[in-house]
Amino acid sequence: MSEAIATERTAYNFAYLDEQTKRAIRRAILKAIAIPGYQVPFASREMPMPRGWGTGGVQVTAAIIGPDDVLKVIDQGADDTTNAVAIRGFFTRVANVATTTRTVEATIIQTRHRVPETPLNADQILVYQVPIPEPLRFLEPRETETRKLHALADYGTMHVKLYEDIAHFGEIATTYAYPVTVDGRYVMDPSPIPKFDNPKLDDCPALQLFGAGREKRIYAVPPHTRVVSLDFEDHPFAPQRFTEPCALCGATGVFLDEVILDDRGGRMFVCSDTDFCNGRQAAGHRGRLAGNPIESGEGADV
Amino acid sequence: MYVAVKGGEAAIRNAHRLMAHERRGDPEVPEVSAAQIDGQLALAVDRVMTEGSLYDRGLAALAIKQARGDLVEAIFLVRAFRATLPRLGATEPLDTSNMAIRRRVSATFKDLPGGQILGPTFDYTHRLIDGALDGFAPPEPATAAPREEAVPRVTDLLGEEGLIEPSPRDDGSEPGDLTREPLAFPIGRDLRLQALARGDEGFLLALGYSTQRGFARSHPFAGEIRMGEVEVEIFVEELGFAVTLGTITVTECQMVNQFKGAGDAPPQFTRGYGLTFGHCERKAMAMALVDRALRAAELGEDVSAPAQDEEFVIMHSDNVEATGFVEHLKLPHYVDFQSELDLLRRLRAEWDAAALKEAAQ
Repeated sequence: MSEAIATERTAYNFAYLDEQTKRAIRRAILKAIAIPGYQVPFASREMPMPRGWGTGGVQVTAAIIGPDDVLKVIDQGADDTTNAVAIRGFFTRVANVATTTRTVEATIIQTRHRVPETPLNADQILVYQVPIPEPLRFLEPRETETRKLHALADYGTMHVKLYEDIAHFGEIATTYAYPVTVDGRYVMDPSPIPKFDNPKLDDCPALQLFGAGREKRIYAVPPHTRVVSLDFEDHPFAPQRFTEPCALCGATGVFLDEVILDDRGGRMFVCSDTDFCNGRQAAGHRGRLAGNPIESGEGADV
Repeated sequence: MYVAVKGGEAAIRNAHRLMAHERRGDPEVPEVSAAQIDGQLALAVDRVMTEGSLYDRGLAALAIKQARGDLVEAIFLVRAFRATLPRLGATEPLDTSNMAIRRRVSATFKDLPGGQILGPTFDYTHRLIDGALDGFAPPEPATAAPREEAVPRVTDLLGEEGLIEPSPRDDGSEPGDLTREPLAFPIGRDLRLQALARGDEGFLLALGYSTQRGFARSHPFAGEIRMGEVEVEIFVEELGFAVTLGTITVTECQMVNQFKGAGDAPPQFTRGYGLTFGHCERKAMAMALVDRALRAAELGEDVSAPAQDEEFVIMHSDNVEATGFVEHLKLPHYVDFQSELDLLRRLRAEWDAAALKEAAQ
């Protein structure tokens, strides 16, 4: 028996999922595109990787990928983080597609927690891995209730929450998974990207798909859709700003990771988007700690 | 000088190599085979089949070996494999009243048609660790002539008097399948039972226990627990009748619960139902308790306890989902953490400035 299973298991359908399942997922994706920001339930399959580790994104990617696609997978903006490596390896194995770390070369980019710094184009699809798709979940734990709130467009509790933040802290104390309104209708969780990335969702030429495997939901932002971060007139939305440039490539206006250098408070800030940072360094840009500093303080305009 | 963390691929490969090495254990000690696990750790295999939702002893045993005895990991392996299997058809409902019984006990009647059959059980053993177990050759088991006629279910015996609610009528509707269609709450009892059958034994055990301690108390009696082999039949269109595919071992628990009557329902005993692959008695009993607790709304009872809350129970009973999300906290969260650090530093600076100002006044 075990030998039969072992040999049988080496023969997967293209992109792992059977064609019926892919069709079911594509139907959910089409519905999601037709109703921007609306969470479409789908019969999420058990994937050979843990729930909560990107199974939603993996199923969306598996449903849309074709043999000619070029896949990029990032986690925390980087291509070489372990889970990104594992997911890229999965698609290489079960779909034998070309992979890349270059944002500009990719036709499908699966991501966890970041939107690439390099602007996307109309020929690309960005697939987000989503842990908790429901933006109202931490205000109302019941799905039966939150679905009603969405149906009625009753987002009062969310505005109260944001207001209470301002009352307590003087500002909206949400720094990632910052809620947005899509196409003037549904409030949507953009997945746990930093709010720094929120403006990139708005009027984006690329199709953006969101897959939550464990929670069994798919949602979408079609190309060139209005995506507005929630705020108040007197407390407008403000993305994070970093005071120093990337220590390796000198970029400013990009999201930076803090790296602890020693146990005496020494630290540096480097691009979270490794492809963007490598590209700038290859083009000769140098940051403070990159060996041969030619320049620094350059804008994110490469 | 900062060097970007490269080489994730090599690190993963090496970690998996090390894991395979540790899985083998001391090479001086003979390797355990899947067949040995199947035969000698049979209850672990039963649990993996039940919560893995796939009746395949050999595959479950192999999964346990691959998972180094981590049963939740083994269940996950089986589930991921199950997800790739084609659906060739649906079987006829199992007829557990025609079970070839190996164990059958009732806590509600001292004696009853078919009798009490203890079968292979830990019950009444003294839980003393047996230092002489290694190398012990057990004596041949005692045998008796098999019973020819079917053993009626206790709930069917009580049902004749109308003292216990009857089984729901078969209204011809297809039972749901939560692995093929998304759940939308409230769900029917069919989906609830499917979810409970796949649910984590420990979670259901704790919830069932909570109902006994007063959180949705419903005065349960173990009406009957039976374990044995049942035939699996499939209806063949071309033949016009059902044919037997084979037999499987199942454990069934019918929990009988007091009920004072409410609304249109007269005072009568109500039921909770548990069914597992193999011999998973604890799981079947816990499942029956939770099934009954989840029927609170249907029976017009107050819904006040966790075990009665359908969305809470069903959304959190699946250990493959639960372990994935809990363990995903191991994945990098640098970006979100960085965002929080930034916010906290700003809030902290404001707080310090305010404190300083206050001290100066």
